[in-house]
Amino acid sequence: MVNVTVDGIKVSVPDNSTILQAAEAVGINVPTLCYHPDQSVKANCRVCVCEVEGNRLLQAACSQPVFEGMVVKTRTPKVIEARKTILEMILAHHPQDCLNCLRNENCELQSLAAEYFIRDNPFELKVRGLAKDLSTPSLFRDPDKCVLCRRCIEACSVIQTVDALGIENRGNHAMVVPSLGKNLSDSPCIMCGQCIHACPVGAIGEVEEIDKLLAAIADPNKVVVTQIAPAVRLAVSEEVGLLTGDLPMEVFVAGLKQVGFDHVLHTNFTADLTIMEEGNELLSRLQNGGKLPMFTSCSPGWINFAETFYPDLLDNLSTCKSPQQMFGALVKTYWAEKMNIPAENIYSVSIMPCVAKKFEAARPEMNASGYRDVDLVLTTREVGRLFRMSGIDFKKLPAQPFSPWMSEYTGAAVIFGATGGVMEAALRTVYEVVMEETLGDLNFTFARGFEGIKEAEVDLKGTKVKVAIAHGLGHARQLMDQVRAGQSPYHFIEIMACPGGCIGGGGQPITKRNAKRLERIEAIYEEDQAMEARKSHINKEVQALYAEYLEKPLGHKSHELLHTHYHDKHKKFL
Amino acid sequence: MNYQEILAKYANVPGGMIEAFHAIQDELSYLPEEAIIEAAKLFGKPVSQAYGVASFYSMFSVKARGKNVIRICESAPCHIAGAAEVVSALENELGIKIGNSTADGRFALEFTECVGQCQATPVITVNGKPYFDVTPAKVAGIIAEYK
Repeated sequence: MVNVTVDGIKVSVPDNSTILQAAEAVGINVPTLCYHPDQSVKANCRVCVCEVEGNRLLQAACSQPVFEGMVVKTRTPKVIEARKTILEMILAHHPQDCLNCLRNENCELQSLAAEYFIRDNPFELKVRGLAKDLSTPSLFRDPDKCVLCRRCIEACSVIQTVDALGIENRGNHAMVVPSLGKNLSDSPCIMCGQCIHACPVGAIGEVEEIDKLLAAIADPNKVVVTQIAPAVRLAVSEEVGLLTGDLPMEVFVAGLKQVGFDHVLHTNFTADLTIMEEGNELLSRLQNGGKLPMFTSCSPGWINFAETFYPDLLDNLSTCKSPQQMFGALVKTYWAEKMNIPAENIYSVSIMPCVAKKFEAARPEMNASGYRDVDLVLTTREVGRLFRMSGIDFKKLPAQPFSPWMSEYTGAAVIFGATGGVMEAALRTVYEVVMEETLGDLNFTFARGFEGIKEAEVDLKGTKVKVAIAHGLGHARQLMDQVRAGQSPYHFIEIMACPGGCIGGGGQPITKRNAKRLERIEAIYEEDQAMEARKSHINKEVQALYAEYLEKPLGHKSHELLHTHYHDKHKKFL
Repeated sequence: MNYQEILAKYANVPGGMIEAFHAIQDELSYLPEEAIIEAAKLFGKPVSQAYGVASFYSMFSVKARGKNVIRICESAPCHIAGAAEVVSALENELGIKIGNSTADGRFALEFTECVGQCQATPVITVNGKPYFDVTPAKVAGIIAEYK
């Protein structure tokens, strides 16, 4: 331990602590911008400078380690003046259009400018004048707003190992650019959107499509139907001023009805369906010598990653479409028949914690219904905006039920939103189907938690099945490299592109630290625990779907509507 | 030699990317996109990082440019000694503005930082070779050496 004094307060902190950590320990918030609690120290913005007794120059609190007897002052006039000047210089290169920015009121630079009451900036405004990158259907870049903190680069290269983003040039010419200075769509970007969470400002964001929804709602010929992904409910609470998970599902439904949706259904229904199809696909591969290990295929960022970096291993991916796309294919066929609504009148919307889902919905092969299966994907953040625009007070809104046939779900579907959830859900069903006996304890706790790679061996009537779970594509890469080298010991692997799984997806409320992801994960397992039905195969609406329409898992109709194939993206460079 | 052959020679040089880039640029006068992509593969780095290296150093060009690179110092000592007139003379002689290349691909004209020869300003370099006390009158003769 090291004894230091911060603003006159004596504190003992572990060796190798930084000034920032020491200050935090005594309840002093030193301002930061390039610093990110879950990333390496960058120390490039200098906003966190402090005075250290005996040092002529100010020190960056995020990078300066403490030493025995160190005396730090975090708010002297000299420090304040330096921070203000630094902020003024950053703002002199930053477009002053906060009102029009999608990060308005949720921007680290804006907050700092307010906290340090920047009024008249003595530096002349010189915006770079760079074009926006609108090349992908999922996310855009506005390089003029970039403050060069490089957090997006670390998210993309270290956490996701995609390396779509890098630095071009140096000094005052330095810029964050997609690989080779090209557009995102030419780069290896897999559209996970983790860069959006990393960005402190509005330099990267999701492609906003609320206007398309409003046009569909206004069209009297369209029946606007929506599905809600498992990880959305608990996070959309954060967007409407409630605590994580505090918006009850039926009140969420009522809010969507208020906005103008004709029918609200649930992706959880097809999450349960996914388990039926994917569980049976796994059993079939195990029994018939199919390609192993089998990888889950729910996460479109992960699918893009596999198609980009591991085109030689695409046969290892489950052929199951993601729950979103299963839903899309069924809503314009099965559900249209059930409800007696012409499929061409259905406008199918999905509410997703994800930006890659926008790309997935637009894939040309996703038209098994004879139409585009999912017409529009809105992120959790966009739905938050929609609710705020609509002026809904969720505390006063009476609950409303889902529409029938594709909205029942079990706890197994709920946990799809967390890393390990698909694996746990699959095991609950596979166990009972294979063993033909009821599971006493449904909690496969090995599958839970934030560890990068989790693994276990399960015994299915004498067959030892080795399973693994990875979240964040850097961890997925480790497991893929094992497969490529012919050294994978596993039979079944769950991959989620985003850290924490869908609860940390690129479309979720801006997530500044992993602690928030953990909080959402907790809310997910609480919801599962509270449910009466927690196994996909006992979902009555899923049973009805098989009895009346699909006949059996992996049957002819399933293959037509619920399964897909993958393509090498043939990226020119990685 | 094409860039593939040049890169092959550096395949086993640890951290040889920068050396390979120099060798490619000596041959081609710039670093073509394909060469950066190939170098990334060879040295096991993502293209975004190889591009970061190539664009970091001002002595590398990631844009196509003329074969003979003429640089003129834009620092203060050369400026005071009349660099602006030399720039005009170079632009007239080559028929291009500074920062561009001649249509026949023979010459590129660029600014550079100080080249450390302030005893004999203004200074220009052609393919790294310095020319001292350059005047507008000397420009035609220097360029003729490379035609």
